[in-house]
Amino acid sequence: MLEIKNLHVKLEEEDKVILRGVDLKIGAGEVHAIMGPNGSGKSTTSYVLAGRDGYEVTDGTVLLDGEDLLAMEPEERAAAGVFLAFQYPVEIPGVGNMTFLRTALNAQRKARGEPEMSAGDFLKLVREKAKTLKIDADMLKRPVNVGFSGGEKKRNEILQMAILEPKLCILDETDSGLDVDAMKLVSEGVNALRDAGRSFLVITHYQRLLDHIKPDVVHIMAHGRIIKTGGPELALEVENNGYADLLAEVAG
Amino acid sequence: MIGQAKPDGYTPAPNLPQSGAWLRGLREAALVRFQAMGLPQRRDEYWRYTDPTRLTVAQAATVSGAGAGAGAGGVVSAAFDAAQALQLVFTDGVFDGAASSPDLALDGVEIDHLAEACAHDLHWARDIYGQLETNGQTPVARPLAAWNTAMAAQGVLIRVRAAVLRPIQIVYQGTDMQADLILHHCIRLEEGAQLTLLETGCSGARSNHVLEVDLGDRAQFHHLRLQGEDAVAARVTHIFAQLGCDSHMRSFTLSADGALIRNEAVIEMLGADASAHIAGAALGKGRVHHDDTIFVTHGAPNCESRQVFKKVLRDGAVGVFQGKILVRPVAQKTDGYQISQALLLDDDAQFLAKPELEIYADDVKCSHGSTTGALDETALFYLRSRGVGLVQAQALLVLAFLAEVLEEIEDRDLAALVQTQLEMWLDRQQTL
Ligand SMILES: Nc1ncnc2c1ncn2[C@@H]1O[C@H](COP(=O)(O)OP(=O)(O)O)[C@@H](O)[C@H]1O
Ligand SMILES: [Mg+2]
Repeated sequence: MLEIKNLHVKLEEEDKVILRGVDLKIGAGEVHAIMGPNGSGKSTTSYVLAGRDGYEVTDGTVLLDGEDLLAMEPEERAAAGVFLAFQYPVEIPGVGNMTFLRTALNAQRKARGEPEMSAGDFLKLVREKAKTLKIDADMLKRPVNVGFSGGEKKRNEILQMAILEPKLCILDETDSGLDVDAMKLVSEGVNALRDAGRSFLVITHYQRLLDHIKPDVVHIMAHGRIIKTGGPELALEVENNGYADLLAEVAG
Repeated sequence: MIGQAKPDGYTPAPNLPQSGAWLRGLREAALVRFQAMGLPQRRDEYWRYTDPTRLTVAQAATVSGAGAGAGAGGVVSAAFDAAQALQLVFTDGVFDGAASSPDLALDGVEIDHLAEACAHDLHWARDIYGQLETNGQTPVARPLAAWNTAMAAQGVLIRVRAAVLRPIQIVYQGTDMQADLILHHCIRLEEGAQLTLLETGCSGARSNHVLEVDLGDRAQFHHLRLQGEDAVAARVTHIFAQLGCDSHMRSFTLSADGALIRNEAVIEMLGADASAHIAGAALGKGRVHHDDTIFVTHGAPNCESRQVFKKVLRDGAVGVFQGKILVRPVAQKTDGYQISQALLLDDDAQFLAKPELEIYADDVKCSHGSTTGALDETALFYLRSRGVGLVQAQALLVLAFLAEVLEEIEDRDLAALVQTQLEMWLDRQQTL
């Protein structure tokens, strides 16, 4: 599904190197987690996958089902099945949430040569998905993320994911700022999407989320590299001992 | 045609149009005012951002080829067809009865034409024609409006005595792209009367419009204007309005492209509890210059005013906003608000703003603000990351930027028609 090879990234405007050779391979249907200290390059990895401006790839490749992801515009990546649930979902005053969802869905369908979804079918789809995430009609009517609480914003991200049905779901600290109930809603939303044809890259600091969304593989990122890869037990190790031991191990 | 100004207009001693008794003195006095003020100059305080010679010097108005630019994109007169308004059509600046609605009768409304009424000895408009313009000449001189009062031979005089539901639409059309057009309209809303006035279209190489509006107590006047179809013409418009007690005025202008547009509005609230909302959206791409110069006077207690202007500019387009709120000593409990915002879609576009407050009462609430910004890159990326293409994402954000000013149009059906015009303009920006 996703194959990142030797990815080197620096900031476009400054001589600051952020990713120093990331290697990562995610098979179809797999759930991978990335953990790591603040500033290690987790969000940067997710932004580079989604195609955000401001980063320069100086080396390496990223393939999605064999296609060169880095050559695509952000909207092309979305149509190809990439979805990033933002660490900080963006507020867009003046654009209604429903308009946003419908525009996005139909733009993707059009890009894939599929017919637009009828207004009736769309409404039904949104209502159904919103209900399971406890997103009320008012949140759907309001401008995108404007006046939403932290938890509401994260649930709104999962709603978009559920409607757009991407192939590769990247979740950047979707658990941060969530209380226990919201965490449960979000994890259930994610688990409902788990499918043999869909892969997940879950960025998190906490074991908590991984109790709900069971990963197949856990990676530890530090200083712009994946320094260790293992099974779910690696997340527990981090939870109990922090990153210090792992970092020392690599340095030593 | 009597006294229609030639393209080399603005001569110091023109021949005035023939007038009956009620009008002759008014025109002569206007010419004297004009002569005393002279043409606007770049050094004048309110002409620093807009070059007046583009309006006043003849060659600026010459155009190659009849019909050049007319109807090529821009807002269209058909925009309000769904409103089923009573239409008054001016073709090349002259009232065109054949193109207008067949029956110009509307209950509670009297419609006269300046071209005919001018021959009378008496007319109700004598208290309005040139009078509101005269009041609006202090403290800021508006010589092009005085010239209009002196020279206009065409226009409508509308008196309303009832709450009229069907809008009246003035349509400007024409094919003579050399024409130099002067139109002067007067509107009087009697106590408690209501009217919605729509204005659409443009014609001529150069045009000078004046609209004088006199609102009686508790009258309500809604005004919506779409302008700027042409890429070559220079236009100046003035609205002079005076508001009685508890009367309410709403004016909204959409300026889409065009060449040079200077819209002045001079609004004075003379009766208590009145309100005036003046709003505008401007969309400019390329060699476009849109200037909104607004002067709102609070001359009575407990009045409310809003000025809301938003401009979307790119490719060298220039937007100007000069907005003033003057609060006289009697005008306690004034609530005044003013906002002007520009969205610059590239580095070539420019927005120039001059917000002003002048307050002589102590118990007032007045605020103003002005911002200039680019599209929010983060929002743009967010939309694109969800699959929305670049052009569509930009269009969504532009519409979002303009949403606030569309809210100023109280009639939601008319607002939807204006929104459609905005969307069509954005659709035409293939390479936004
Ligand atoms: N646009 C940016 N401008 C400046 N510094 C940045 C930018 N993006 C990332 N960085 C820096 O790169 C490093 C990695 O950041 P990030 O990918 O957000 O880490 P993480 O998500 O693992 O906390 C940090 O030192 C951060 O400050
Ligand atoms: Mg991060």
